[in-house]
Amino acid sequence: MTAVTAPPPTVAPIASARDLWLSVAIRTGLIAGATALYLCLTGIVPTFDSRPLIRDVITLGQVALVVAFMAAGLGTAIRLGTQASPGRTVLGGTVAGLIAGAMLSALVLLGSVVDLRAMFLHASPALWNVLTFEMGTSGFWVPAAVGAVLGGLAAAIWLLPGALRMSLLAGLAMVLVMGLFAGLLRAPMLSGPLSGLARQLFAAEGLQPIGALLSFAAGAILVPLFRPSRIRARAQRLSREQRRVTAVPLGGVLLLLVLLLPLGLGPFVAQVVALIALYVLMGLGLNITLGLAGLLDLGFVAFFAVGAYTVGLLTSTGEYGIAQWSFWAAVPVAVVIAMLFGVVLGLPLLGMRGDYLAIATLGFGEIIRILAGSDLLKPWLGGPRGITNIPKPLDVGPDSFLAGPNQIYYIALACAAVIAFVAWRLRASRLGRAWIAIREDEDVAEALGVNLVQTKILAYMLGAAFAGLGGAIFASLYGSVFPSSIQLLVSINVVAIIIVGGMGSIPGVVVGAIVLIGLPELFREFSEYRFLFYGAVLILMMRFRPEGLIPSRIGRQEMHHDAAEDDPLTATAAVEPS
Amino acid sequence: MALLEVEDLHTYYGNIHALKGISLTVEEGEIVTLIGTNGAGKTTTLNTISRLLTPRQGTVRLEGQDLSHVPAHRLVTMGIVQVPEGRRVFARLTVEENLRMGAFTIKDKAVIDEGIERGYTMFPRLKERSKQVSGTLSGGEQQMLAMARALMAKPRLLLLDEPSMGLAPTLVEFIFETITSIHAEGVSILLVEQNALQALAVASRGYVLQTGKVLMADTAAALAANEDVRRAYLGEI
Ligand SMILES: Nc1ncnc2c1ncn2[C@@H]1O[C@H](COP(=O)(O)OP(=O)(O)O)[C@@H](O)[C@H]1O
Ligand SMILES: [Mg+2]
Repeated sequence: MTAVTAPPPTVAPIASARDLWLSVAIRTGLIAGATALYLCLTGIVPTFDSRPLIRDVITLGQVALVVAFMAAGLGTAIRLGTQASPGRTVLGGTVAGLIAGAMLSALVLLGSVVDLRAMFLHASPALWNVLTFEMGTSGFWVPAAVGAVLGGLAAAIWLLPGALRMSLLAGLAMVLVMGLFAGLLRAPMLSGPLSGLARQLFAAEGLQPIGALLSFAAGAILVPLFRPSRIRARAQRLSREQRRVTAVPLGGVLLLLVLLLPLGLGPFVAQVVALIALYVLMGLGLNITLGLAGLLDLGFVAFFAVGAYTVGLLTSTGEYGIAQWSFWAAVPVAVVIAMLFGVVLGLPLLGMRGDYLAIATLGFGEIIRILAGSDLLKPWLGGPRGITNIPKPLDVGPDSFLAGPNQIYYIALACAAVIAFVAWRLRASRLGRAWIAIREDEDVAEALGVNLVQTKILAYMLGAAFAGLGGAIFASLYGSVFPSSIQLLVSINVVAIIIVGGMGSIPGVVVGAIVLIGLPELFREFSEYRFLFYGAVLILMMRFRPEGLIPSRIGRQEMHHDAAEDDPLTATAAVEPS
Repeated sequence: MALLEVEDLHTYYGNIHALKGISLTVEEGEIVTLIGTNGAGKTTTLNTISRLLTPRQGTVRLEGQDLSHVPAHRLVTMGIVQVPEGRRVFARLTVEENLRMGAFTIKDKAVIDEGIERGYTMFPRLKERSKQVSGTLSGGEQQMLAMARALMAKPRLLLLDEPSMGLAPTLVEFIFETITSIHAEGVSILLVEQNALQALAVASRGYVLQTGKVLMADTAAALAANEDVRRAYLGEI
């Protein structure tokens, strides 16, 4: 069962069946129009008008608008469902698109009489030209017309038979994805035997028209074949034995892919992939403190910093290095020191629960950051200049495959595997149960004999250890540590990964790290809008899939049994002593 | 010497004086019941005995040993286990894991497994549900689980807080039968109930609480026959 369902039709009961389609269309159109205005005025549309999705056909900025218009039409059709005739549905989509477009037309008109730039930096002639296909303000009617057409088209697509609709939308989505990733796919291909093909498919930026067509075809054909629901349905038909037999080679292939991943990557992507692996590691670690023990530790970065600076000091060959140890000798020390910090910082937090705990730990993160950059510790930690010249763990030649971030990738991966194993064992252990029990009901856990102080401190220690390990690897990945590396954002990233991926779920952490760390890093060209993306992902998640993308078994059960609990009468009556 | 001896207990919630000098005893092998209207202080009394609340004054003694300085998590090993009001099973843990939590202080695996089997024999429902997370159990099943969980630690004294609350009549019957059979195995029980009639039927003695004080203390039979008690707590006019 998937939790992503269309929002229930939130239609006021007063609306009679006759004008239902209109009220839905107006409302959806206004929402889409507001979104489109936002995209324009924050500069997303004009900025990305210089980045083609398909060469000489469409730019990313235009795509943003197309998506908004089509969303208006699709949204109207989805909300109407079977409540309106097909004709009305298409009309509704057209009206919704028209409204959304008209809002942009109004913006252009307004812009032609008043200079909006004092308030909105991006409300400039450049924007008007994007919106009107270079016709200037006299073409103000263009967005409304385009909106109406696209809105109606999208609604019509929705009315198509399921398989066809799926193919069409999947094809379009594939073009979008390939267009976004074009640069990343092209760079490594260019240097190999595939360079001819790369030039055929990809332009310097975005896709060639041929590439777009092929992408569309691939999406339209492949996605319906490998639709998750279809795969799941087929898997369910298999017997338990068969499932086990197929799981092994499937897992093997996946593992092989993960291990060989760096082979095909350029140095930039390799760095990103290593960073993802690093965040997977930290996410798994926090999953133990937060997912099991329920301690919302926003001071994660404090222990991360301790790990990073310890490794920096112990291994750096630069000015502030004190020992010039190898990475391997320094890491255990870093982890132990981070654990000690965990105990020391954990003690005053013992009595705190929930929000208070989160805020207090938040403070620790800041304290450590400020200390690291302070004049007080400058003689040892280098102040804002930080610690540099931190060597890589493996001393290999510069041409080696393992030279750059690749070795960090493997190290982080290995550590992540160990942590995943530890987490899995812990979940089934006496200590793991005690953590879950404390998280749910401290009083009862204590009454059953759980020593709260000991058990909580253990959770902090373990969380700190994993954060410290993350920091240690981080330091050698980048070869340096600065106070500015110790951002609150590190803590927030890790927490968000768990929430987006699904609390307590190991595959969830991997997916969360890819979505929240990988995508924003890969799309550096959009770096200004990273947080916008971030916010949008979090809001959409909370709205449509609060249990996370790949929830653990328990998380899923929890989110979906509420109905039974709300009805104590039937629940009790259902039980008869046997 | 009584198994449990509570003397002049005063417990506060901030400024609210919830217990105003409660004294009671439970002898080895007895079922003693605390009855009283909502807000009389029954739960507060149990929570103070189990040290989830700290009294401002008064003592709790187990076989003569003062518990004032014993931390709450040590009480289990001394033989006092509470089934809290409202069940409070660990919703994210499976039925079996809840039972294992009940045996948290026991290290011997064989003893734990034997305890789990005993729980399943007493409540066959739980066996069917053993791998299910307990948040998805019905109210009755959760009550069974809470009781089975408490028995895992082999208590000498079981503190039961309103075990029949919110359950269907047939289930209430079953719970009271279970209380009797737990008692028959030699466990002493301090039973808090609103369901005074049935509580007095299984208990040997009872205390009537009102606004934080003991109003009456007598044998269960005498309380059940008492006019005032019948009027106030047994629903007779
Ligand atoms: N957490 C609390 N905070 C403040 N007052 C409380 C709290 N719990 C109980 N009380 C008060 O203490 C008194 C006794 O409550 P309680 O022991 O729960 O009664 P009973 O279990 O007999 O229904 C009541 O007046 C109640 O309002
Ligand atoms: Mg009560």
